[in-house]
Amino acid sequence: MTNRRVAITGLGAISPLGLTVSEMWDNICQGKSGIDTISVFDASSLPCPIAGEIQEYKLRSFVPKFHRKAVKLMSRDIELAVIAADEAFKSSGIVTKATDPDNMTLDPKRISINIGAGLISCDLIELAPAISESINNGEFDLKIWGEKGLPLVTPLWLLKYLPNMLDCHVGILHDIQGPGNSITCGEASSHLSISEASSTIKRNAADAAIAGGGEAKVNPIVLIRQSLMERTATQTQDPQNACKPFASDASGCVFGEGAGLVILEELEQAENRDAQIYAELVGCGESASHSLDYKGLDADGKGLQIAIEKAIVEAQISPEDIDLIIPHGTAIAVDDKAEATAIINALGEAGKTIPVLPTKSMLSNTGAASGGIDIIVAAMAMKNSTIPAAINCEKIADGCELNIVKETISKPIKYALICSYTYGGQTAAIILKKIDGDSND
Amino acid sequence: MTERVVITGTGIVCPMGHDVETVWHGILNVENGMGEMGIFDASTFPTKFSAEVKDFDLSTQISQPQKHSGCLRGSSFALGATAQACKQAGIDIETDSPTDGIDRNNMGIYLGAGEGAVDTDAFFNSVGAAWDSENREMDWKKWSKVALEKMTGTRELEQEANMPSGHLAVLTGARATNRSCLTACAASTQAIGEATLLIRSGKADVMIAGGAHSMIHPLGITGFNRLTALSTRNDSPETASRPFSGSRDGFVIGEGAAILVLESFSSAKKRGAKILAEVIGFGSSSDAFRVTDMHEEARGGRAAINYALEDAGIEKEKIDYINTHGTSTKENDSIETKAIKMVFGDNAKNIPVSSTKSMSGHLIGAAGAAELIFCALALRDQTIPPTANLNDSDPDLDLDYVPNKPRKADLNIVMSESFGFGGQNDAVIIKKFEE
Repeated sequence: MTNRRVAITGLGAISPLGLTVSEMWDNICQGKSGIDTISVFDASSLPCPIAGEIQEYKLRSFVPKFHRKAVKLMSRDIELAVIAADEAFKSSGIVTKATDPDNMTLDPKRISINIGAGLISCDLIELAPAISESINNGEFDLKIWGEKGLPLVTPLWLLKYLPNMLDCHVGILHDIQGPGNSITCGEASSHLSISEASSTIKRNAADAAIAGGGEAKVNPIVLIRQSLMERTATQTQDPQNACKPFASDASGCVFGEGAGLVILEELEQAENRDAQIYAELVGCGESASHSLDYKGLDADGKGLQIAIEKAIVEAQISPEDIDLIIPHGTAIAVDDKAEATAIINALGEAGKTIPVLPTKSMLSNTGAASGGIDIIVAAMAMKNSTIPAAINCEKIADGCELNIVKETISKPIKYALICSYTYGGQTAAIILKKIDGDSND
Repeated sequence: MTERVVITGTGIVCPMGHDVETVWHGILNVENGMGEMGIFDASTFPTKFSAEVKDFDLSTQISQPQKHSGCLRGSSFALGATAQACKQAGIDIETDSPTDGIDRNNMGIYLGAGEGAVDTDAFFNSVGAAWDSENREMDWKKWSKVALEKMTGTRELEQEANMPSGHLAVLTGARATNRSCLTACAASTQAIGEATLLIRSGKADVMIAGGAHSMIHPLGITGFNRLTALSTRNDSPETASRPFSGSRDGFVIGEGAAILVLESFSSAKKRGAKILAEVIGFGSSSDAFRVTDMHEEARGGRAAINYALEDAGIEKEKIDYINTHGTSTKENDSIETKAIKMVFGDNAKNIPVSSTKSMSGHLIGAAGAAELIFCALALRDQTIPPTANLNDSDPDLDLDYVPNKPRKADLNIVMSESFGFGGQNDAVIIKKFEE
């Protein structure tokens, strides 16, 4: 049994703070928030009218000619994944079909793909004409729908909304023929996908993988769903300051859109081709909450605590070795408290002193993408030996005894812990290790 | 030494019954689960029938259904199937102090599960009320008002695809890895394969793995009808699913859940659990071909089968039976036949292959798990389930499809394969257990 190790050698992110990783990182370092009043539709009557929206982009510039026709089959979630995948591969230096089909770096069969996705909601405006044909006396009538509405739906409609279509399009663009999976575990999707892709490389079924997640949550149904679950911020007058993870005045979460994808690669191969190695993936721990409302963590954070403990065991480190924690930190008070409890119960006293950087205050909660984006933030913090200051947490909430980063810290980061959990119950924790020069250290 | 992975429990809720033995008895008697659409009025849809789970009552399967009160169909079926599988495996459920000897931190869940149905009334009526046909725009204020009146938090939350596996964690107390995937029609074969790998790698001793899905709802049927993937043989639902037949015209959509308890051999041995079969191989691949079509020569499907054979470390001649994906669509059945011929060469015609979807319907996300349970039962009873409704030949389809009646055979190693829309392919190989 070989002892294969897995490194992160490429990063790709599209988020409310920019179309690229470097733009996002610069904005985080400046303490900016990408949250604002929703502009894509009139959200003024929604309980939470603010969100993290992505600025305009030109999709076609990310899609080579051979796949252009398929652009019309892309829901926004797919588009975001396509854009992040383009950056991830380019930054890794791995040449794929999308960049140069004649000079591909790797055997397509030895690349794995694991893009986590959310519950992709259809475009209501797209269906509206068909639905409005099916109204009888002010009520929707299924019989009329079958006759008149259904034929108006575009034939390939369903293919835009299957959650495995992020993988499908990205896989076609970059010619990825190895093992693949589409994990759909809400906000924990990225972590679980990255964990699984890492195992695929470790067991020698692939030499590289693209993994993470993408989700476009700025959709009326998706947003209203979160409000009905009582998860969205109630204080929204000042959008940039509305999402306040772990703060005493936290009023709920703000949702957004994004994709965060990393290139994972077998360490020796990465070193042999002199790739930039952002970090080694040394620990993945997973568990589940048993909360009976299925909306978040157990009150005592047990499900997340177990995941963190498993990650630490796998990484073979002590809690004190960790230099940075990026929590899931939704700004939903009960979940923040449970997460803080989980971190402290798993890490002991170290849990109270390690710098903690919640990112959703700036990036919003991008659902299935959030974990991938957080892992990228951690990798950038490692690369730059910088922990940016957190925002929107002037006074920490009772019961959250974490060391939220008040001012930018400049220091080498050897180990970073990135936590994730989701409605539904899945929990996960990933530990990254910075490798300097000799990878045997 | 990598752990061997064995099956110690099975459970199923599907259109042919609510427990494994009833369903298997139906399969061996070539019955089927098809009938007129009952879940909603599909009388004006191109397809007016399906394979539905009928009269399922969760309270007959578990003792604390109130902990799962908001469940939609998929989660509810998953809970029932899991209760059965755990019972067979000797695993305690619905308790904080299990005495089965399994550490819950080493017991996980892996489902291939689909999203739940949208709230039809709220969804259609909110859009209908807010669409301004003249100006072709939505009045979002109006939409929000109706949506907020009609939608509820629980109903919306339960649509999320990870909810079935969340419910199973509560039911069983499992605290190891909990994942749910949705590689379309290949999802539960994938889940079983990935769960097997988690046990091998030491991340869990026990994995509750399988699938749960129901797409029998207006938008689901609309989507598949528009893709022209469904059979429209409305005058004969019972014979509409006819995989590998020359007159096949699409798949018959079903629903359900199928769950297997996978366990490391050492854990099963320690507990004295009865071993039903051993999982010896898993292969997964991606087509990377087209969004709308399978690769003409089943590049991805062949790769998945080859990876599974390689993983099992067996010669391909050792495969005694294949439970195919066999959907009854023109495209799948032709390309799958081609894949089997290309992988197995001259020997392909000697391998019995069948599609149980001819009787159960296509359970979508749950299909692969149900079919792997049929494979385990085939090993137990040394009987190959047939392909029903196979009366019209297709000149290009010339394998041994075990038409219309089950067949006794010496079975030692069998394979189940699943190919999903979107090009994800999976194959799992199981073997009669020998210590």
